[in-house]
Amino acid sequence: MSTEWTMVIGLEVHCELKTATKLFCGCPNAFGDEPNTNVCPNCLGLPGSLPVLNQRAVELAMAIGTALHCDIRPSTFHRKNYFYPDQAKDYQISQYDEPLNVDGYLDLPDGFRVGIERAHMEEDTGKTTHAGSSGRIHGADYSLVDYNRSGVPLVEIVSAPDIRTSDQARAYVTELRAVLVASGASDGKMEEGSMRVDANVSVRRGADAPFGTRCEIKNLNSVRSLGRAIEYEAQRQITLIESGESVVQQTRHWDESAGRTSALRSKEDAYDYRYFLEPDLVPLVPDAEWIQAVSDTLGMMPAERRARLAQLLTEAGGPSEAQVDQITTVVDLGLDDLVVEAVAAGVGTALALARTANEAATDAEAARVLDPKAYAELLTLEAQGSLSATQAKAVLADLLAAGGGDPAAIARDKGFEAMSEDSLAATVAEAVQTNPDEWSRFCEGDDKLAGFFTGLVMKATKGQANGKAVAAELRRLRG
Amino acid sequence: MSALGSAPRPALETAAMVRAGELSAVEVLEHHLATIEAHEDDVRAFTLVTPDEARTQARAVDAAVAKGEDPGPLAGVPIALKDNLCTRGLPTTCSSRILDGWRPPYDATVVTRLAAAGAVSVGKTNMDEFAMGSSTETSAIGPTRNPHDLTRVPGGSSGGSAAAVAAGFAPLALGSDTGGSIRQPAALCGVVGLKPTYGTVSRYGLVAFASSLDQIGPFAGTVADAALLFDVIGGHDPLDSTSLNRPTPRVLSVLDEGVDGMTIGVLAEYLDGVDPDVAARVHQAAEALAAAGARIEEISVPEVALGLSAYYLIAPGEASSNLARYDGVRYGLRVDAEDTAGMNTATRSAGFGAEVKRRIMLGTYVLSAGYMDAYYNQALKVRTKIIEGFDRAYAQCDLLLGPTTPTTAFALGAKTEDPLTMYLSDVCTIPTNLAGHPAISVPFGTGDDGLPIGVQLLGPALAEGDLLRGAAVVEAAAPPMAPPALTASLRGGSQENREGVS
Amino acid sequence: MAEPARLTREDVAHVASLARLALSDDELDTFTWQLAEVLDHAADVSSLDLDGVAPTAHAMAVTNVMRLDEPQVCLDRDEVLAAAPDVEDYRFKVPRILGEAP
Ligand SMILES: [Zn+2]
Repeated sequence: MSTEWTMVIGLEVHCELKTATKLFCGCPNAFGDEPNTNVCPNCLGLPGSLPVLNQRAVELAMAIGTALHCDIRPSTFHRKNYFYPDQAKDYQISQYDEPLNVDGYLDLPDGFRVGIERAHMEEDTGKTTHAGSSGRIHGADYSLVDYNRSGVPLVEIVSAPDIRTSDQARAYVTELRAVLVASGASDGKMEEGSMRVDANVSVRRGADAPFGTRCEIKNLNSVRSLGRAIEYEAQRQITLIESGESVVQQTRHWDESAGRTSALRSKEDAYDYRYFLEPDLVPLVPDAEWIQAVSDTLGMMPAERRARLAQLLTEAGGPSEAQVDQITTVVDLGLDDLVVEAVAAGVGTALALARTANEAATDAEAARVLDPKAYAELLTLEAQGSLSATQAKAVLADLLAAGGGDPAAIARDKGFEAMSEDSLAATVAEAVQTNPDEWSRFCEGDDKLAGFFTGLVMKATKGQANGKAVAAELRRLRG
Repeated sequence: MSALGSAPRPALETAAMVRAGELSAVEVLEHHLATIEAHEDDVRAFTLVTPDEARTQARAVDAAVAKGEDPGPLAGVPIALKDNLCTRGLPTTCSSRILDGWRPPYDATVVTRLAAAGAVSVGKTNMDEFAMGSSTETSAIGPTRNPHDLTRVPGGSSGGSAAAVAAGFAPLALGSDTGGSIRQPAALCGVVGLKPTYGTVSRYGLVAFASSLDQIGPFAGTVADAALLFDVIGGHDPLDSTSLNRPTPRVLSVLDEGVDGMTIGVLAEYLDGVDPDVAARVHQAAEALAAAGARIEEISVPEVALGLSAYYLIAPGEASSNLARYDGVRYGLRVDAEDTAGMNTATRSAGFGAEVKRRIMLGTYVLSAGYMDAYYNQALKVRTKIIEGFDRAYAQCDLLLGPTTPTTAFALGAKTEDPLTMYLSDVCTIPTNLAGHPAISVPFGTGDDGLPIGVQLLGPALAEGDLLRGAAVVEAAAPPMAPPALTASLRGGSQENREGVS
Repeated sequence: MAEPARLTREDVAHVASLARLALSDDELDTFTWQLAEVLDHAADVSSLDLDGVAPTAHAMAVTNVMRLDEPQVCLDRDEVLAAAPDVEDYRFKVPRILGEAP
């Protein structure tokens, strides 16, 4: 990209709220159930049905507003009218000119602040599948609609056009996702569509020029596609302008496999949604007491959580570069409490952080509900040398599968009986005696041979020996 | 079939006798089914009569009484339901082709409450399509006729319910009132019709026309029966967010308290341009109220003159959105086409009648970009002005009095060509809906043409008690009105009629 | 408030397409004069100066009506799908869709 060009990016993130039921009816809010089983007169748009607002959804939306430092305001619901088969009533209930949350911000890990214009509540649509060879809407012979998702509560978070690079955009979505998970509002699963991102992208020459004409990119299903799509779109706009053409304000579709965006519709085709106040609902007017109560239930936000872990490494001179990444990983995955509790139980911070970022993180969903005491016990066994790293990993797999348990008992059941110091010493001694040449070279300072002897001991003990203990015994024998 | 030859009993009396085991619900039902059988071909009040379901309900009521249980305050009372009230498993069509064959999988809250009170539903009544009309002539199955004169309209949109009560098909009926759809047909058919305060009767299961104006209410032969029915259907419902969270109303118990000490204003604007015989009846009703101890004043609320225009911007606006869901995807009619948008269009074009299309287009237009402020939003401000006008009036008096309609029942077909003329017949009922207030139409003699005239009492929000006290006084003073000719002939109890019932 | 321009035949055609209604030429003519007549009558409202008057969308002032986040029984799927004009694979079947949602 020519250096003089800069991007201006604003992001709209739709987040499904983690409620038990839908926004306006008591149907379960569940992903992956049999089609059209979680439906009622309301979310099917049957004649005579009426919406009733879910209090928990409101509180989660307020939690998001609080976490994003928004003003939480008296708000109303409007009808957004358009025909589409996945829209059961052929209108969507959404907040329009009086949203619940306005004027907030999100600080990225590097300190860059992105403004939040609004975070409003609305209902999701049903899900359409397209029958035919392509599986896409174009070229389908017909389509099938499942209304299980119809009426699932969403919060749409609209950023200010403050973002300047695709990396920043990715960092924003990653950080926002962590905030949504930490606030308890969302499970943050982009792959299941519980978080969906649209990007508004424009380009301009230099950092102070007026904004250029923007395009909105839809269908961004991962942080990776977001970055790729923004880069592609910015380059497309630059090429247009440099060849003397101008950017047309459009909505564009990101094609992940082709790696390009294509026009869906232009501003001239802007649909007339005929927004008007939803007469079946009444205004939502949160008072200070309620706002405070929601705020009080809100846990620590990711920035605070990262700082907490870094704090634990202060004595060690602060986190290394690798540990900064580990901290980000465990906080993003919501596993930082595990680290903190293990450290509190006496486990070293470096070990707790490394094992959580590298091992527990492989099944974050299970790790989030893991009994922290059992986890701390496991790490203690490993730190004491009672379990090897390999053994500890195997025990962790069992703990994650069961949600907890007694690590020592699991280790015993697996035959990971920690070797007694005597039997370890005997095995090491035998390895030394049967390989006198190697031993004398080791004694002369060829430290690489420590690995040779450790390998022999591991082979003899079928991997049950603790590597650190073997090394210690070798050093002892060498004197 | 012993009841057949006797005069129709008020619901209150029927329920009391059934509860006491002096009259069987089945007997009461068979009498009314016989009346329906005899005259429904002339009146055409129903979209559907449900004798089998009704007999099951009536037998259950009798069985409960036999076991010493109390079936409830409407024990064994037959009732007709406007066909925009959802009835589980029974067709609910709104008199529209687009809902042809649709059977709701759920009951409206009022239907549930009626069943719990021991009422026996005899069927679904004809209406203007989606309640859009003032004569029941926009019904897809054709008009209902006024039992007092079969060449005249019964009014609308709840014309079937009004006609059913007037014809003796049921002592009670439910209708819905968006701009006068209970009171106007009640007046034209010579029965009592109450439009309750917005939010006092649950709209859950009422197929929406204009959600901020729609309200379900009772039709009855007497004011006391209307009060009885209102007490049963009213009260908070958590399924309707606009339902007022208040205890169930108890208006029946205050009915006899009279109007002594009340101030009642005769609303000057409502007498502008009404037929002289109608105006004369209003003055006569005012005299009756004065004789009962009320102070009568002339009151002017100039803002009500804007009601008609505001209504025909607001109601179609909401309706255009409420009726979008009839798209051929999930239920009801579908007319096939190559693609989904084409299927939506083909379905809606074939399924809706002209009046519904007219209002959908009007509503779409007033909500569309560029016109929203001039029309829809402006009408919402007029709504504020109308409420302010009524507030001024109610600072001076307890109730207002006026005619329900400017004329008596007009001839079938007289106003179908020019929508605006038809719309004007709601001029005296619309402001009440815009304000969310209650109002009641009480039969008060006949006009020069011998057809029923209704006088209307209006009250501020939640003043149903005062309203019904006033209505009882008006009713007691009402000049005599001959019952519909067809009901009179039935009273003779001809053998032929009885044999018609299976 | 400035009076809006008089409703034209083109306006009615546009509105009909927004509302997914197909009109014949005759219907278009009839609806145009009928709707124009109603809107002309509404000039008494559209021409008023109501600056500063708050709009009333709900006649009764009620706020914060909510329900608890507790699951209710859903409808029986067979009953739901029995009402549908066309069904395949337990889903509502519609003809091809010519574009994304607006
Ligand atoms: Zn539902």
